[in-house]
Amino acid sequence: MTGANTWSAHRSTTATNLDVAKIRRDFPILNETIHGKPLVYLDNAASTQKPKAVIDCIRHVYEHDYANVHRGVHTLSQRASELFEGAREKIRQFINARHAHEIIFVRGTTEAINLVSQSYGRKNIGPGDEILITAMEHHSNIVPWQMLCEQAGAILRVAPISLKGELLLDQFEKLLSARTRLVSITHVSNALGTINPVKRIVELAHAQGIPVLLDGAQSIPHLSVDVQALGCDFYAFSGHKLYGPSGIGVLYGKAELLNAMPPYQGGGDMIRRVTFEKTEYNTLPYKFEAGTPNIADTIALGAAIDYLQALGMEAIADYEHQLLQYATERALSIPGLRLVGDAEHKGAILSFTLEHIHPHDVGTILDHLGIAIRAGHHCAMPVMDFFGIPATARASFSMYNTFQEIDVLMDGIRQVIEVFG
Amino acid sequence: MLDQIRDLYQEVVFDHNRNPRNFRVMEDATRRVEGFNPLCGDKITLYVKVRAGVIEDVSFQGSGCAISTASASLLTEIVRGQTEEAAHHLFAVFHRITTGHGDNANLEELGKLAVLAGVRAYPARVKCATLAWHSLEAALKADADTVTTE
Repeated sequence: MTGANTWSAHRSTTATNLDVAKIRRDFPILNETIHGKPLVYLDNAASTQKPKAVIDCIRHVYEHDYANVHRGVHTLSQRASELFEGAREKIRQFINARHAHEIIFVRGTTEAINLVSQSYGRKNIGPGDEILITAMEHHSNIVPWQMLCEQAGAILRVAPISLKGELLLDQFEKLLSARTRLVSITHVSNALGTINPVKRIVELAHAQGIPVLLDGAQSIPHLSVDVQALGCDFYAFSGHKLYGPSGIGVLYGKAELLNAMPPYQGGGDMIRRVTFEKTEYNTLPYKFEAGTPNIADTIALGAAIDYLQALGMEAIADYEHQLLQYATERALSIPGLRLVGDAEHKGAILSFTLEHIHPHDVGTILDHLGIAIRAGHHCAMPVMDFFGIPATARASFSMYNTFQEIDVLMDGIRQVIEVFG
Repeated sequence: MLDQIRDLYQEVVFDHNRNPRNFRVMEDATRRVEGFNPLCGDKITLYVKVRAGVIEDVSFQGSGCAISTASASLLTEIVRGQTEEAAHHLFAVFHRITTGHGDNANLEELGKLAVLAGVRAYPARVKCATLAWHSLEAALKADADTVTTE
């Protein structure tokens, strides 16, 4: 194996404020072996692993603090409610929202986008109106809008991208019209890694009075996000990609927009007063949180945010960028490897194809070497169609990955090529 | 290091992946079926010419991983000239084997298809190996123009 040597040669040029060895010790799953090899987990864009702080938090809630929230007079219910609302406040701070009631708990990014589509969309978007997305969206930022278009008679417009995987901003601008009622765009592309110039996009849309939803699923774990500085109207993200539990996510929305929107689902908690003649809805955020929420996982998402903030999002972003640069440099030296998505500004995602070898075969063979990557269309079939490929192999990095692991990946890719001869 | 993987990727698999047999459009097919695996995007078009219950010719086109390509290629070699009934039976046996339910007697029945038996250790890849077969089933039953593995 040449890995160790390669990395040693590189080591002198990199520096990080993160104690990566300590971070790795915080993630118990990183001790797993797969097919007898140490796990090299490079599927972080699909879901991240959980630090002990998050795992312990869930256990602690169920062992000491669990009851239903917002309704009991008893001590446990009050304790659970305080922890639950405490998590909301942590998230508010984390993304710098103005108010805690602008943080709506949902199952994940997908549900957040569906909420906006079915609540904001059905109220404000009608026949002939347009919704503008881009050609690099995940299916979850395409299909909810197609459903709305079908219901409302609206039209879905798609801003094109370049072969580097960058949004063509001038084309995007031209597609903003007097009929555009909403822009919904990903902050960071899950299939290509592209970081979109979202601040500029929001400015362009707002200049014409058009609200903007940002799909933050891939950005929130890796970048410092300030929704007020970005100026976006909605921001959606998932807890499970943020080192938190699955089944909990967030929709941020500006209070004035959320207040004017009808509820998404009906039930308990979202009402103030119910009679059979008329129901009075609750205030934000509860208007959008019908039924008993995902209590323990919400509290544990707060624990994940505490963990990340102790490390510092800037330091995380900086380190992951170094990982990406190193991986990109090494990948480009492999004959027959083609990068899919080489935008100037990229998150730590390396999507690639190998000549004459299908990504699924790459994924299976790498798995035998203990390396977990994603192989497939990444729920972005239109992106695959644009590049004329059925699928890519995707390695996505996180703060607990190391330069040595990238060496293992690159050696693995070379072995795949060897096996396929 | 990669010895185990050779159970899945045998030389025959590589050979059929590199040079798929009967990889062509069939103008006079009696049935044409699109097979699609939404999970990975594998697509094949299977062409079948059936006369009096016998599969006179079979060919395919499409793109997929080594397993799905080799499986489709092997299928075309094996079922050509067979009766529909024999093809149904072979698929049933192949399905049992790939989903880990078959025994050694089944394995012998498979003949050269047995090179794909290794897929049973890879649940995520079983659908790659069976896509062409699901397409053939649909073609013979003539009940759909499109099948998916889901």
